[in-house]
Amino acid sequence: MTPRKYFVLLGIAVFGAIGDTLLSRGMKDFGAVSPSELTYLFAAVLNPWVFVGIFFLLAFMAAYLTALSWADLTYVLPATAFGYVFIALIAKFFLHEHISPLRWLGIVLISAGVGFVAGGPESSHKQALEPEPEP
Amino acid sequence: MKNFYTWLGVFLIVVTSTAGDCLLARAMKQIGDLDDLRRHRGIPHSIFRVLQNPSFMLGISSMTLGFFSLLFALSWGDVSLVGPASASLTFVANAFAAKLFLHERVDHRRWTAALLVAGGVFLLAG
Repeated sequence: MTPRKYFVLLGIAVFGAIGDTLLSRGMKDFGAVSPSELTYLFAAVLNPWVFVGIFFLLAFMAAYLTALSWADLTYVLPATAFGYVFIALIAKFFLHEHISPLRWLGIVLISAGVGFVAGGPESSHKQALEPEPEP
Repeated sequence: MKNFYTWLGVFLIVVTSTAGDCLLARAMKQIGDLDDLRRHRGIPHSIFRVLQNPSFMLGISSMTLGFFSLLFALSWGDVSLVGPASASLTFVANAFAAKLFLHERVDHRRWTAALLVAGGVFLLAG
């Protein structure tokens, strides 16, 4: 893993987190959409929050596809979860929001999960291609 | 009905997101290292290679369904339930799907990571 690859994984977490936050903010303007008026969801795309959120999700997708081209899905996915930690830390240190003990536990669990995966090989396919060691 | 539609939305998000993730992962494995491709053939060629891959287009279609399922679920349920429930269930579903369909070597380390992250996301986003 090169520093550049870690940077791509960081991009997944940051862009995804910001994109999701903007989407949920945008959908608050809409209220409940019943199954009989599903086409109404298309109009949601024109909401400014949702619209800007989609651009962040496109940046997320570019970083995500790049990572998937050299790493396993089960290696890349925990990186996406790190976005939740990122949002919580922004909320704590920049917005001075209170983080409950349960949320701190969530941060610890995600960080441990990411650490577990990051310590192993990024691709099981490359590993499989390597010759077996002589007995 | 509110609960039913919320969980229906969560179920649709999990299924479509997992299918989308697996299809995109398969497409990118078929294309190869995107960094190398961009360095040797340029960005336009790389984008073209990605866009003409059938698995990629199926994956994006599935992701699009997932996106509208998310909007549908968010319109019925609170983001504090829909977000963590769909995200944590998708992590576990993806670990199964990656092993079954992508033949990834999901060892103890990755199972532990998937479960830790799923639990962590549920606590943090809830």
